[in-house]
Amino acid sequence: MTKPRTGYIHPLDLKNGRVDMTHGSGGRAMAQLIEELFLAAFDNEFLRQMNDQASFQIPAGRMVMATDSHVVSPLFFPGGDIGCLSVHGTINDVAMAGAVPLYLSASFILEEGFPLADLARIVESMAKASREAGVPIVTGDTKVVERNKGDGVFITTTGVGIVPHGVDISGDRARPGDTIIVSGMVGDHGVAILSVRENLSFGTSIQSDTAALHGLVAAMVAAVPGIHALRDPTRGGLATTLNEIARQSGVGMMLRETDLPIRTEVRAACEFLGLDPLYSANEGKLVAFCRQEDADALLAAMHAHPLGQDAAAIGEVVEDDHRFVQMETAFGGRRIVDWLTGEQLPRIC
Amino acid sequence: MCLAIPTQVVELLDNDGAVVELGGVRKEISLALVDGVVVGDYVIVHVGYALSRLDPEEAEKTLQLFAEIGLQAE
Amino acid sequence: MKYIDEFRDGALARKLAADIRREAQPDRTYGLMEFCGGHTHAIFRYGVQGLLPDNIHMIHGPGCPVCVLPIGRVDSAIELARRPDVILCSYGDMLRVPGSNRMSLLKAKAGGADVRMIYSSADALKIAQENPDKEVVFFAIGFETTTPPTAVAILRAGEMGLKNFSVFSNHVLTPAAITAIMGSGEARVDGVVGPAHVSTVIGSRPYEPFAAQYHIPVVIAGFEPLDVMQAILMLVRQLNEGRAEVENEFSRAVTREGNIKAQSLVAEVFELRKTFEWRGLGWVPDSGLQIREKYAAYDAEKRFELPYRSVADHPACECSAIIRGVKKPLDCKVFGTVCTPDNPIGSCMVSSEGACAAYYTYGRYNDKNRTSAKRIQS
Repeated sequence: MTKPRTGYIHPLDLKNGRVDMTHGSGGRAMAQLIEELFLAAFDNEFLRQMNDQASFQIPAGRMVMATDSHVVSPLFFPGGDIGCLSVHGTINDVAMAGAVPLYLSASFILEEGFPLADLARIVESMAKASREAGVPIVTGDTKVVERNKGDGVFITTTGVGIVPHGVDISGDRARPGDTIIVSGMVGDHGVAILSVRENLSFGTSIQSDTAALHGLVAAMVAAVPGIHALRDPTRGGLATTLNEIARQSGVGMMLRETDLPIRTEVRAACEFLGLDPLYSANEGKLVAFCRQEDADALLAAMHAHPLGQDAAAIGEVVEDDHRFVQMETAFGGRRIVDWLTGEQLPRIC
Repeated sequence: MCLAIPTQVVELLDNDGAVVELGGVRKEISLALVDGVVVGDYVIVHVGYALSRLDPEEAEKTLQLFAEIGLQAE
Repeated sequence: MKYIDEFRDGALARKLAADIRREAQPDRTYGLMEFCGGHTHAIFRYGVQGLLPDNIHMIHGPGCPVCVLPIGRVDSAIELARRPDVILCSYGDMLRVPGSNRMSLLKAKAGGADVRMIYSSADALKIAQENPDKEVVFFAIGFETTTPPTAVAILRAGEMGLKNFSVFSNHVLTPAAITAIMGSGEARVDGVVGPAHVSTVIGSRPYEPFAAQYHIPVVIAGFEPLDVMQAILMLVRQLNEGRAEVENEFSRAVTREGNIKAQSLVAEVFELRKTFEWRGLGWVPDSGLQIREKYAAYDAEKRFELPYRSVADHPACECSAIIRGVKKPLDCKVFGTVCTPDNPIGSCMVSSEGACAAYYTYGRYNDKNRTSAKRIQS
């Protein structure tokens, strides 16, 4: 193992320092930033080798790769930050194929002037998320852009994993008759983000649900290897994800509003703003499609896991050429849960 | 038009302000359009302003009205 | 959530639906207009139409301030936003409404205009305070519910001595709109479901002249779906009995006189425009509000050169007929094909309350072309 380079006269000023263009120029300042901040936090055998790449053996099987860029604003929100979000997000994308996530990469685009204290906080959060998930960050990159050309920090993470034998999970495998199951309360993250955004702030106890779901997925796949589809309903919320899968699989869906698990506070926040919780983002939830006869076993496995305690069956897949996602309302009528154009905007009317 | 919601006043603030609560969520709003609102009252809020007090007795009467109709079924 | 959940109860909905079914006379039809866009939204979101018998038709009225704002006024707002010295503050509803050349405030923002979404007129004041070197313009829209908050903002601006705050007023009046529809004699409207929150401000009294003049019953309904169903039942009863009265289902928030304080604040700041152009209704006298001379310093139309160009709707767009209750979204040749929420031709499609958007988003599976959703027994 190579010893870390010494020779930095002053340590990084993580309290008051700011990112500047030298941190991206490839010279000593950049090396120091990488060593004292990133490598120190993410520390593992791969990073200690200090190569531009990580090299590892992979178990036999089908490999899965996923990538995600994170541009969330605000960077810090109740329950999390862009750092842990970026780790959880990619772990989850890999896990949604039924795969066991193995390694992550992380690249940062930093804006000139970004406070090092905030960067340190973000990096520490990533390190913690990575450690707790058991998925190390083994390689990465850093660039710096001029002031006003970035939003503080953009993070891109890529992950790889291996799919166990006998597992074939894909968004085009939902079939009429399948039960639709959601792993817990929906809409938390979107509302937590809104609660700190300018002009829409209100005091709530709603936290982002950001979490790594691979442990839950492993438990689910062990109980029901024949799961048809999995996806995590991030931007655009549950409604968007269901519409995506309906389109991919060429099916329709019928939901039951009374069975949707939504926190009262999330409902209330949405009432204030005229938003529909079905379109509010989630970062620690998944939706699963399985055969009706497997639903009980799957729910049991989910309930036994800390991240699936509030899991609920919310509807069925049906035949539908139009690929509509419909819902029986609590009121007794029926409506379409449509695919939104863009982001839901708070309304006054 | 006019998305407005019934909320409960939980705190009065300076300058005609108030904190209202619905389902555990709190928001600061303005009472500039209403008079005589006290903590515990329910108000209808639209674009950050209380438009009127909600009358709990009338609310109760209305709910009973809904229920009565159904019972008249022969 | 108190005063919300109870008014959405499914069991009560079934009871009311049964009553409506029982009392609606099978040998006649009932054309009921829900004036307010919020009611349109509720009807579709909760699937109320599906609970009504076939001889009751809901006609979607023009109570959607976004829908009735003519293209020319949207263009003026975009023009203001594009000025380098201006920060334009707008409610979320207006951001995606298309003006001329498919431009919108959101697109103008993408092109560099400083457009800020706000939740309350008070937010616009705050932005003005925080940006003393910019001109902050508040794009004010809405019926009588939303006007008092604008009045308060202008009065507060005066108290705070703000020199960089003004309002682009597009406030419109409900009674004038109802009169214009009834007066046109086109729509077969038998009864009106009156707006909920407008009525908390103006009271139930202003509807009394219509009920009398056109012999049409008006029932003011609360915002929740049970309120709407109860109001429908009350209208059916009035029509069966030949009555044409103003009834108030939303008694928990509406009185005959309304909110006097709000009304007087509005009267202090605003006055009637002689005429105002409405999308779908054309030029309607005494239907819009402008800022009084006394508060001219806060009137964007006086502060800035804003020549108004009336722009006709797209020839294929039927928003005009739909707003007047003469046609339904399905009657429009471009509905759901060229004109969708992704690509709105008229504002009926862009506002979540517009009849077309509500229909497209919540109810288009109802159309005669739909394939019924079948289940396969696994």
